[in-house]
Amino acid sequence: MTGQIELGLLVAQVQKSFGSHKALKGVDLEVREGEFFTLLGPSGCGKTTLLRIIAGLELPDSGHVFLGGQDITRLPASKRQVNTVFQSYALFPHLNIFENVAFGLKARQIGPAEVRRRVADKLEMLSLDDLGKRYPHQLSGGQKQRVALARALVNEPEVLLLDEPMSALDAHLRAQVQEELRRLQRELKQTFILVTHDQDEAMVVSDRIAVMRDGLIEQVGEAREVYSRPRNQFVAEFLGAANIIQARRDGGQMVTSLGAFDLTAAPAWETGHLAIRPESIQLGEPPADDRNWVRAQVCEAIYRGQSLDVWLSPGFGQDNCRVRVRTNAKNHLRPGDQVSIFFPPEDLVALDHQSDAR
Amino acid sequence: MNVRRPLVAAVAILSLVFLYLPSLAVAVFSVNNARYGLLWKGFTWKWYQQLCQNEAILEAAVNSLLVAVISTAAATVLGTALALALDRFPWPRRLTQALDILVHLPVVTPDIIMAAALVLTFSLLRGFADIFDLGLTTLVLGHITFQISFVTLVVRSRLAALSRDIDEAARDLYATGPYLFRRVTLPLLAPGIMAGAMLAFTLSLDDFIISFFTHGPDSVTLPIYIYSSVRRGISPEIHALSTLVLLATVVLVILAERLSRFRAD
Repeated sequence: MTGQIELGLLVAQVQKSFGSHKALKGVDLEVREGEFFTLLGPSGCGKTTLLRIIAGLELPDSGHVFLGGQDITRLPASKRQVNTVFQSYALFPHLNIFENVAFGLKARQIGPAEVRRRVADKLEMLSLDDLGKRYPHQLSGGQKQRVALARALVNEPEVLLLDEPMSALDAHLRAQVQEELRRLQRELKQTFILVTHDQDEAMVVSDRIAVMRDGLIEQVGEAREVYSRPRNQFVAEFLGAANIIQARRDGGQMVTSLGAFDLTAAPAWETGHLAIRPESIQLGEPPADDRNWVRAQVCEAIYRGQSLDVWLSPGFGQDNCRVRVRTNAKNHLRPGDQVSIFFPPEDLVALDHQSDAR
Repeated sequence: MNVRRPLVAAVAILSLVFLYLPSLAVAVFSVNNARYGLLWKGFTWKWYQQLCQNEAILEAAVNSLLVAVISTAAATVLGTALALALDRFPWPRRLTQALDILVHLPVVTPDIIMAAALVLTFSLLRGFADIFDLGLTTLVLGHITFQISFVTLVVRSRLAALSRDIDEAARDLYATGPYLFRRVTLPLLAPGIMAGAMLAFTLSLDDFIISFFTHGPDSVTLPIYIYSSVRRGISPEIHALSTLVLLATVVLVILAERLSRFRAD
C-alpha cells in the first residue's frame, strides 16, 4: 500500500482562499498510480481549484502536493509531469492539429523525428490521423476534445488531469466518450484524475471517487461503495435518489415512523437518519416473519422506460407520499394500489449526521 | 414599421453623401483640366504629373512617411508592452481602473491641448539637450505620445478576447517565458498588433495639429504643406495630393479593419 502511494499522488492538508471565500479547507487525498480517480461535487465545491493546484496553475495557501514521493507544491506547471485537458479544451487556434499535439514535445526540445512519431501515434490512437493539417476552428466539439486529450497524453504525463472535459458535449456523445475514456485509461495504465459534477459520469469511468463539498472531501471509495454505503445525507443525495428516514436507536432495532427496522450494523448515535436507495426497496408478499416489511399505498407511478418509479405512502391514506421505490418497468401499479415493501437490512445505511452538519 | 424603412435608408444615404461629398469633390477637381474656377474642362492626369515634379511636395511626403514609420514602430512596441502589462500583471482592482482612465485620456484629449503641452515640454527639455529643437525628432516624439494609447486600446481588446486558458494550456505543456511569448502570445496577438500599428500609421500620416506645433522649418509634413499652400490659394496639385493621401488612408483603414477581424475565434 505505501509503495503504491509513493508512486502516486498525495495531497496533504491543502488550503486555498480567494479573498474571503475558502475554496479548499484542508484537503487530504491519495491517488494510486494507474487508477482512474474522480473528484465529484457540485459547482463551487473546490474540485476545480484542487485540480488546478495539482496542475501547478494555482498555489495553495498551505499544505503540500507530492508526486512519486517528491514535493511538487511549488513547482511551476511547466516543470510538472502532469498535463491537463481543459474544460474549454484551450486548443491553440493559430496552430494546426499536428502542431497542437506536438506543442508539449517541442517545448521540451525533443527531436523532430521523435515528435513526428509520437504525435502520429497519438493521433492514430484517438482516430485523428486525417485531421493533422486542419485547424481547431474546423473541428467538431467531439474532435476538439480528442485533440485536447491527444495533446496532453502525447507527453506521457505521470498524471493526466481532466477538467469537466465532457460538459460541452451532447448527452449521446458524452456517454460514448465516457466509455472511450475508460477504455483508453485501461490500455495506457496511466493515472487519470477527472473533475465532474455528473455522478453518472463519475460512476461509469472511475476506479475510485472522492465526493467533495464546500472545500472538503466527504467520502472516498469505489463507485459501488460510495453509492451503496454513503457516509452522510449529502453523499447519499448527491449520488442519485435516496430515501432518508428519521430513526431512533432502541436496543438492536431502529425505530422510525414507518415501523421498526433491523440493520446489519447498528450506528453509534441514538437518533439520526437512515438512507436507502429506491431500487433497494423490494415489492412483494411479506413472509411470516415480517420484520423490515411495511404496508403502503401507491400515490403515483412514473414509467421511465428502464424502470418504474413509485411514490408510496406508508400505512394508509395518500397524505404522506414520501417513500420512493424504483422497480421493474414490467410491474403495473396504479395510484391507490395496496402493496407491501421490504427494506433489506444490508441496504439500510445509518448516516453520519455530524459530518453533514459541519 | 414598414413605412419607416425607406425613410431610414434615405437618411442613411443622405448622411453618407454628406460625409463623402467634400472628398469626392476634391477627387473630381484633381482630374479637372482647369487651373482656376469650378467648371469641368475635361479629364487630365497633369496635376498628378506636376505633383511628382514638385520638390517641396516630395520632401514633405518623405518627411511624412519617415515620421509615420518611425513613430509607428516605436508606438507599436511601447503600446503592445503597455497592453500586456495592463492585462497580465495582477494590478489591484482600483489601480486597474485608474490605469484604464490614464490610457483612454490621450484619446479624448483635444489635440490642441496635447500640442500645447508638447510645445511646453520640448521648450523645457531644450534647456538640457539640443535634440529637442523643433524638427523631425520632436515631430516623431509628438506622434508617439498620441499613438501609444490607440495601439494599447486595440491590442488590449484583442488580449481580452483571448482566453486565459490558452496561456495556461501552454504553461501546462512545458512552455515558459520567451518560448511561450514567441510561440503563443505573439502569434495570437499579431492581428491586433498589426491593426493597432495600421491605425497609428494612419493617425500619424493625417495628423495636422500636433505636427503643426512640433515641426521645425526643415521638417514639413504633407498636411502642413497642404495647409500652407491652401493659404496661398488652392491649386489642382493640392487636390491631387489630397486625393492620394485620402486613398492611402482608406487603404490603411480597410487593412486595419480586416486584420482585427482576422481569426477572431
